[in-house]
Amino acid sequence: MNEAAATMTTPPPPRVEGTDALVRVRNLKMYFPVTEGTLISRVVAHVKAVDGISFDIRKGETLGLVGESGCGKTTTGRCILQLETATGGEIWFDGQELNTLSKAEMRPLRQRIQVIFQDPYSSLNPRMKIGQIIAEPMMVHGIITDRGERDARVRELLELCGLNPKFADRYPHEMSGGQRQRVGIARALAVNPEFIICDEAVSALDVSIQAQVINLLEDLRDEFELTYLFISHDLSVVHHLCHRVAVMYLGHIIELAGTEELFANPLHPYTQGLLEAVPIPDPIVERARAHQVIKGEIPSPINPPSGCVFHPRCPKAVDGCKVNMPEFREIKPGHWVACTEV
Amino acid sequence: MTEMTTDQLEELRDRISLFKQFTGFVRKQPLGTAGGVVVILYILMAVFAPYITGFDPTENFYQNQFVAPGMQFPMGTDEWGRDILTRVIYGSRTALFVGFTCAIVGSTVGLVLGVGSAYYGGLIDLLFQRVMDVFMAFPLIIMALAIVSMSRSLHLPPDTSVYFVIIAITIPFIPRCARVVRASALAIREIPYIDAARANGFSDARIILRHMVPNVMAPYLIMITAFVGQAILLEASLSFLGLGVQDPVPAWGLMLRNAQEFIRTEPWIAIWPGVAISLGVFGFNLFGDAIRDALDPKLRTQ
Repeated sequence: MNEAAATMTTPPPPRVEGTDALVRVRNLKMYFPVTEGTLISRVVAHVKAVDGISFDIRKGETLGLVGESGCGKTTTGRCILQLETATGGEIWFDGQELNTLSKAEMRPLRQRIQVIFQDPYSSLNPRMKIGQIIAEPMMVHGIITDRGERDARVRELLELCGLNPKFADRYPHEMSGGQRQRVGIARALAVNPEFIICDEAVSALDVSIQAQVINLLEDLRDEFELTYLFISHDLSVVHHLCHRVAVMYLGHIIELAGTEELFANPLHPYTQGLLEAVPIPDPIVERARAHQVIKGEIPSPINPPSGCVFHPRCPKAVDGCKVNMPEFREIKPGHWVACTEV
Repeated sequence: MTEMTTDQLEELRDRISLFKQFTGFVRKQPLGTAGGVVVILYILMAVFAPYITGFDPTENFYQNQFVAPGMQFPMGTDEWGRDILTRVIYGSRTALFVGFTCAIVGSTVGLVLGVGSAYYGGLIDLLFQRVMDVFMAFPLIIMALAIVSMSRSLHLPPDTSVYFVIIAITIPFIPRCARVVRASALAIREIPYIDAARANGFSDARIILRHMVPNVMAPYLIMITAFVGQAILLEASLSFLGLGVQDPVPAWGLMLRNAQEFIRTEPWIAIWPGVAISLGVFGFNLFGDAIRDALDPKLRTQ
């Protein structure tokens, strides 16, 4: 019964935007089973972390993926990386459907898709030296087989990421958070990837360090023509770095538009609420602003609201919103939104 | 003062910090240090046995039967006229060989199985855990009895008996170590650096051996040190029951077994191997506990 309802309300995938899409996600679903019982367990419910999302990322583009914690941003990234086996939908990378590939078929693609994690403290193996951490992917993928050349490349990568090449002999615990995050970036770059998923890559850093790391990501993007999926909850960072932004809420993408368009002209009530919540660094303007704060809590993804997932918190909700999830439609060229009241 | 390069300075700093860790251990764990001293003395005793005593531990001297402790034989002699001090010293070779082999082999097999089980998870983990439950349900000594009795039917020479004792003691150690290591490995499995390794397409063997195993070394080392004392005691128990090492191999449990008949008239035959067992096991246990406390980060801050 649940399945039928889900297929009925899932919006159809948007049209392919041009032919140069490097990453294409279609109707991606990731349901985590909730089980009961210890020895003989049975599935009692599903956490619908990602519930039918579709988007494209063009070559050389940075797509921002924003939303509250628990909305499914990170799960989306993990599905693309094949760290989770998606419940449904398709993930295409450069013409190959990732979720149909075997482990061995996936291996050469893993070199082209890299990830930078949120927490610089737990994303580096504490028992390995920095040099080993960066060299290991090169060795496994057979990019540089000679040890001496590999060491030279490690030093080059460290320098590229703004670190002293001497750090290669250090252990992660001897470095600061910002330095470790640079090591994480160097590790991702080691295998010459085309696509990097930045999963809250700067969220755990101090603001000053954040700015440095963002600039580094920007420089690297320009130098190596990288494509990013930039997962974040920080709207100002996304505004600065991304070409297009997708807004997620409770497993659905509810709005997708070019960065300037989205920030200037948000259409979905949730996006409007999110942008309203960003403080303006001018006390006079800030005090004069009439905040439209989004009321209530994010509902449980185990038992999401009927119809539009946002309707219990939506200031513009009408009766129709309780019945069907609105179609994800293109209101203006390149501006997609899932709301009937726009 | 001469100038030092930064590398030399760093090396010196490393040495100082190692020395500080050592003195810190001695200060915080006086009992553990005492245990460590006993452990080192036993190891030295086993290694340099032929240089400490001039007697042969297995040769019989019928003219020296049942000599009480005195000038010539500090611990006396047994019913075959063998010097008990010599046999106690050589007995440490059997005890430590069995103790270390069982502890290291049992813990290492348990380490790989435990980490593998945690890494694969799901059905493999569930089945593996149930198999471990079955092994754990056997009392250690019964398992050992079964294996040693089986080996007896093969009619092998007495010096090979020690290898069956090792097998008998090692097998029950494996699930005990696998359990503890698996618990730590489950936590490690969820840390992003394992995701990073998986996202890079590293092989399962590489992730388990290079990324997970080095991070569960603390419980592994704790299990090894705890197992050495246990293995020594188990070997002595099995030998005492006649299921372990066979005569004339010098082993403490076996000496106790042979001393039973003479305990009223010649008690020294029983006392010295008994002291050797007790002191050894006590020393290894104290040292093991101290290592556990030193490696446990929750206790370290206190």
